[in-house]
Amino acid sequence: MSVPEITEGTGDAHISPRPNFWRNRFGRRRRLDRVPWIPIAIIFFLLLLPAIFADLIAVHDPLRGVLSDRLTPPVWEEGGSWTYPLGTDKLGRDILTRLIYGARISLAVSTITILVGLVIGSILGLAAGYFGGWIDWIVSWLVDTFFSLPGVLLALVIVAAIGPSFLTIVIILSVTIWAPFARQVRGETLSVREMDFIARAQVAGSSPMRILIRHVLPNVANTLIVMATLQVGVVIINESSLSFIGAGIPRPNPSWGVMVADGRDLMLVAWWISFFPGLAILLVVLSFNLTGDWLRDFLDPKMRQRQ
Amino acid sequence: MARYILINSFRGLLTIIFVSVVVFSLARLTGDPMDVLAPTDMSDEDQDALRALWGLDKPLLEQYVIFVQSAAEGDFGPSYLYRSETAAEVILDRLPASLYLGFVATILTIVVGVPLGILSAVKRGTIYDAIGRGFALFGQSVPEFWLGIVLIWVVAVQVGPIPTSGMGTWQSYILPSIVISIFGIAALLRLFRSAMLETLGTEYIKLARLKGLSEWRVVCKHALKPAAIAPLTFFGQLSVRMITGATVVEIVFSWPGVGLLAYEAANARDFPIVQALALFVAACVVVMNLMIDIAYAYIDPRVRLGEGTAS
Amino acid sequence: MTEATAGGNTVTDAADTGGAATPADRAAPVLKVCNLKTYLYTRWGVTKAVDDVSLELYPGETLGVVGESGSGKSMLALSLVRLTPEPAGRIEGGQIFLNGRDILPLSERVMRKIRGTEISMILQDPQQSLNPVYTVGNQLAEAFRVHDASIGERQVRERSIAALESMRVPAPERRLRNFPHEMSGGMKQRVVGAMAMAYQPQVLIADEPTTALDVTIQAQFLRLLEDLQQRTGVSILLITHDFGVIAETCHRVAVMYAGRIVEQGPVAEIFDNPRHPYTRALLDSRPRVDFVPDRLPSVGGQPPSLNDLPVGCRFAARCDYAEDRCREAYPPQVSQGDRYHAASCWRAEQAPWSNR
Repeated sequence: MSVPEITEGTGDAHISPRPNFWRNRFGRRRRLDRVPWIPIAIIFFLLLLPAIFADLIAVHDPLRGVLSDRLTPPVWEEGGSWTYPLGTDKLGRDILTRLIYGARISLAVSTITILVGLVIGSILGLAAGYFGGWIDWIVSWLVDTFFSLPGVLLALVIVAAIGPSFLTIVIILSVTIWAPFARQVRGETLSVREMDFIARAQVAGSSPMRILIRHVLPNVANTLIVMATLQVGVVIINESSLSFIGAGIPRPNPSWGVMVADGRDLMLVAWWISFFPGLAILLVVLSFNLTGDWLRDFLDPKMRQRQ
Repeated sequence: MARYILINSFRGLLTIIFVSVVVFSLARLTGDPMDVLAPTDMSDEDQDALRALWGLDKPLLEQYVIFVQSAAEGDFGPSYLYRSETAAEVILDRLPASLYLGFVATILTIVVGVPLGILSAVKRGTIYDAIGRGFALFGQSVPEFWLGIVLIWVVAVQVGPIPTSGMGTWQSYILPSIVISIFGIAALLRLFRSAMLETLGTEYIKLARLKGLSEWRVVCKHALKPAAIAPLTFFGQLSVRMITGATVVEIVFSWPGVGLLAYEAANARDFPIVQALALFVAACVVVMNLMIDIAYAYIDPRVRLGEGTAS
Repeated sequence: MTEATAGGNTVTDAADTGGAATPADRAAPVLKVCNLKTYLYTRWGVTKAVDDVSLELYPGETLGVVGESGSGKSMLALSLVRLTPEPAGRIEGGQIFLNGRDILPLSERVMRKIRGTEISMILQDPQQSLNPVYTVGNQLAEAFRVHDASIGERQVRERSIAALESMRVPAPERRLRNFPHEMSGGMKQRVVGAMAMAYQPQVLIADEPTTALDVTIQAQFLRLLEDLQQRTGVSILLITHDFGVIAETCHRVAVMYAGRIVEQGPVAEIFDNPRHPYTRALLDSRPRVDFVPDRLPSVGGQPPSLNDLPVGCRFAARCDYAEDRCREAYPPQVSQGDRYHAASCWRAEQAPWSNR
């Protein structure tokens, strides 16, 4: 027998099926300080802006170079000039321009791949988590199997089969990316399924589809957003790795990975050809990871202002 | 427990079968090996003869059956690329190189990743933690192939004694193993850090301190064991990847392992090698997962004894 | 030894059966806390969890500390063993005398020797208190070995079994081999108790020891604690939010609100004649068995946030009897009659809320 809690007001965690983005579970407003402005700026200026406005920003032709200007060093080195701020490659193509168009490739590939992977993974994960039974058995097995596929080898074989192209790489990457999403969504669904409001909906006679879409999905959405952000980096690295070994975006397209491969043999004489594209990858992926981490903390109700 | 192992083994077997079918079909889709391998002056009859020798003229399903039957005996067919050897021989020939490198990389990963992760957790909020987390962030964001190239460049410019390609003396292991392990170190660091932080916040840690135990013992005995459970899963996958998935690094450093072999074989449409490799990788992963599941059960007594709750 | 009806209305408590009752025969306190302040520094500000708390615990008695969540009582317990959460928590002032010695300036190494031998603690949730990957025997043995590395295997086992027996654990030999998840909550709590009493400390802090237990087990455990006290003379500091528990087991009680002790004194006195309106409110809000009111009385409002405390009395905002001076300055501690019954309230003397 105990003293009842002498509190009123928003003391308790009442889980609404539709979490409001700006208020966390406890009804408190989320703080907007500590937003990772620098990573977001990097993403914007190194990826989004160039990708969308490439035609407006770029000065030179990314595919055709001026042979007489080949292997020009960056502007701050001896022999460099402002015409080619980051230098040129062995065919006289401007590195900066190719970087800009490369951003378009990275953005396109990662966006489409993540979307496909997210949709497939979520559907399977929701089904597995909610219905359980043999559906879960099959989906879990599929997830484990796809995790154990020899990624690069498979990519090499597929490329050998249907030739390297934008579509090919999207297919390859989607095949590998859906599994983490499915696993995550399945786990989340399993825990959400046990919550009271689900039982209420079931008792009220809602169909499973309706429950999944209206009740389960919004609660899973937060982790999905975080995961998607973090997986962008993974996808960009995978795409560039495959492009590097020739199993990704085909030449002469300026995928950052391809650019690094182009400059590999010339590293000692023209380090800038490989260096800058790789640096771009590093910075963009770093920014997505930082943003994803921040997003995770931002959306996590447990880390809020209570001691 | 035995039932547990049995079920998981079955699933693993299914996985291997699935992979074999997928790779088999895909490989056949890549086209005619003759296009790539046959010298241009080889006559059509000779090409046909070669195809017949390799069983490529038979229907697909029959080819698959033959493949499975032979594989069960350890015969994966002749290598198209290296005519004088069988696929199995070629793979076994190149395997040690990858194993050695993977082994070194794994050791490096554990030796650097685990202590840094623990340190980061125990010294949370301090400069050590910041360095650890910064390093982890870098490790997960840097593209391996680029890092390899940059390191080679730096070393070459410095003209150090470290070889930058091929497999040779122990020094030749340095750069490739560093590049391979960077990602693993980063991931292991983060995993251990968060697992330790979670464990260190539990009531039983509080109780351990209440008994008067030194912080060292609290961390090593009480916090570490429960914390190690989660990273264990990851570690299993990691070590497999280090051996079988180091393709890109092997290409960058011209390391004569199975990764480089995969690259060569795929480009050359050497079906037997490609199939055998795929099976090999899948089998490694499956076995590794099985071992992890067993280790899990051993470490966490709640799993080992079944989910027994108290009366 | 004690009897309490479900409503906690009838109290024949320990104060009547010897123990530390009259001022004259009190020996020196085994634990004396003077003006203790423990603050938490987080990025959201300073939380004054324990803000100038003084109390005393005498040999062989049970002192209850009662208050609602957020009153600071758990932080008080942690401060007494100097295990405040790092790096946020810091003990900012005061003294803690354990067996006559101030433990605050001691080095961590010395403090570690004290923990478990002179003072120990049992925690609230037995499900979480034991490490799930080691056997009970292993963890119990550790409690013995940590202070005496030279103990032999057999001796440890004997003492472990003896400790379990003293906590009335059946089949102790078998328990040693069990893992925590194979035991019930009540059983686990006894094991924790056995570990705490391994070296017969003078002070045992029990932080909500029965809150997480089944109701039927609660009474059992409390009786066990009393029995323990009878046999070993250990002084118990019992932290709880439940007045029923206080009534059953404590000799004296201190009421905590918003980081401070607002009233303390012998249990019977406090129940009959609370001199602080908060104590009165707490007593009133317990459900009664003898009659059912239309509405369960409760205190409106919430306790102030420990980050942002008001200037005057901290209960003033919710108090039915507050006056202007209550909001202007914090009331001093006033005792009347029995000098061991004191309350911090401007109106403690008239006590318009009391029965008499």
